[in-house]
Amino acid sequence: MVDLIRQTVILKNLPEGKKGKIISLEGGHGFQRKLRAMGIREGQAVTVVSRQPFRGPITIMVGSFQMTLGRGMTQKIIVEVL
Amino acid sequence: MKKIVLMGNPNVGKSVVFSRLTGASVIASNYPGTTIDFFKGKMKLDGEFVEIIDAPGTYSLEPSNKAEEVAVKMLKEADVIINVVDATNLERNLYLTLELIEKDIPILIALNLWDEAKHLGIHIDEHLLENILGIPVVPTIALTGEGIKTLVTRINEAKINPERKPIGEDQRWSEIGAIISKVEQVEHRHHTMRERLSDLTIRPFTGIPIALLLIFIVFWIVRMIGENIGLVISYIFEEGYQPLIQILSDWLGSGIIRDILIGQLIEGAIDFELSMGVLTTGLFVPFAMVLPYIIAFYFMLSLLEDTGYLPRLATLVDNVFHKLGMHGYGIIPLFLGLGCNVPGALATRTMETSKQRFIAATLLCISIPCMAQMAMIFGILGPYGLYYIALVFISLIIIYISAGLILNKFVKGASPEIFMEIPPYRRPSLKAIGKKTWMRIRWFLKEAIPYLFLGILIINILYTVGFLQWLSNAVSPLMALFGLPGGASIALVVGFLRKDLAVGMLLPLALSPLQLVIAVTMLTIFFPCVATFAVLLKELGLKDMMKTAAIMVVTSVLVGSILRVILLGV
Repeated sequence: MVDLIRQTVILKNLPEGKKGKIISLEGGHGFQRKLRAMGIREGQAVTVVSRQPFRGPITIMVGSFQMTLGRGMTQKIIVEVL
Repeated sequence: MKKIVLMGNPNVGKSVVFSRLTGASVIASNYPGTTIDFFKGKMKLDGEFVEIIDAPGTYSLEPSNKAEEVAVKMLKEADVIINVVDATNLERNLYLTLELIEKDIPILIALNLWDEAKHLGIHIDEHLLENILGIPVVPTIALTGEGIKTLVTRINEAKINPERKPIGEDQRWSEIGAIISKVEQVEHRHHTMRERLSDLTIRPFTGIPIALLLIFIVFWIVRMIGENIGLVISYIFEEGYQPLIQILSDWLGSGIIRDILIGQLIEGAIDFELSMGVLTTGLFVPFAMVLPYIIAFYFMLSLLEDTGYLPRLATLVDNVFHKLGMHGYGIIPLFLGLGCNVPGALATRTMETSKQRFIAATLLCISIPCMAQMAMIFGILGPYGLYYIALVFISLIIIYISAGLILNKFVKGASPEIFMEIPPYRRPSLKAIGKKTWMRIRWFLKEAIPYLFLGILIINILYTVGFLQWLSNAVSPLMALFGLPGGASIALVVGFLRKDLAVGMLLPLALSPLQLVIAVTMLTIFFPCVATFAVLLKELGLKDMMKTAAIMVVTSVLVGSILRVILLGV
């Protein structure tokens, strides 16, 4: 029954040091395409590297590379906490 | 001439490959109708010259910004594509590769950063990859030049793979998954030193102190390089140029022509800093005083860029700059502007939208003092003590922030959130940095020097015919608004075009230190100089430039009046 309570959060709320898996992207079509072309897409493993204070941007590690995203964008990426 | 276009994701060492392939004849160009810059150069291939174009980095052929649009347009002119691929990030890079292969243009792959991939425990079977893709794949280490020769000899083998048909996005990713599972094996490995350093420099608690220290060191190096180059160039002026210009001066005798070309003799001799002639000060200021610092600033910028530090710095400061209507890269025009506002103005191109560019340019003009302005501030206020100098800089910082907040609110347009890759730290290539610095300096010479020259010519003519005196008389009653005597108006008017001249005009007025603080702050807010004005006119267009100018005048008057109340209490 454990897999029924899979915990999903928006990327913004993924705790530092926890591993996540991207399960869906939200937002406009262009935005989603931009993310996917960068390699941020469903099924990829993701961790949070750093958060800048005062609602600043978030740096994440996806696969083998790092990206800095504005906080607004990280609300449109849904991840499963592993 | 045959055109070879380098295509690839950003941060894959494309510009290093470019500098390996091309000779000395490289130029930075601006793509027509855009603010996107790219590099092109020449290479000899089988006894014939071919053109090498370094397209802006792009993640896919469905562009999501202007730079990517330009990259896609350049593709249409390509006879051969060299796809530079980051071996440490093969999966993501292959997306663009598959799109490019569908384009029916002969193509080959430079599998770059081959050594880094090995170091990271990533093993790629390049022969198998070549077989699967049906095009040549050459492992390269552009930094050391390894593999570049093979790459050049195999350019002729570049080909179209007719079996590749256009497919959709999902299919492309599943195909990439299949390729990766065949050609790539990744060993488990531990955190490397560089990764630890990367984490330290991007986490706020450690990253911000490191950034402050680094910026301090960078400015120290800039000053050291700038001063020394300046000494050498001044020496050339004094020893080589002075005798020649003295002969011309004697031959011209006194008169308007000499006043314009040579300027005033200071104690019977030509003084390169004070004579104010087109051929004396007009050449000395840009080449001996400004250029050395431009070289130093551009060198350090290229170094920060190629090591991969800039994206981290941009991440750390993004929060502040985003509230001022820009994003993290807004720090670049600010940084360069402290040397000279012209490269600062040119760097506003790193901003994404027209709103961000407008704000970056306006803030640069009104509150970033260039080298010449700082020399003015220190020259005038230095004798009275650090306190007065601090007053000016504090005022400028407050203006930068409050003007940014206000502009962000009222300027129409979007200021999208930051979205960029943080590449791993890389050892920079001195050759690539040297080439980049040289291209930027050449660009600066072409864009700025003619206008600096023109500025001095115009001011000399206006001064000689008495226009400036007339204008300053007209506005002198306004000076009371700022707690200054009417005589200060000539300095402010002249300062519109030439800050360094204004200094000499303020000194005889016997102003109090606080009055000088007001005059100097207002002078800094005013037009940076004619060259910056001209560059901004080109970058922003007439309409936005007029808006910037209006903001400058209003800010200057407003700040002058406020400072009067605060500092003089009247």
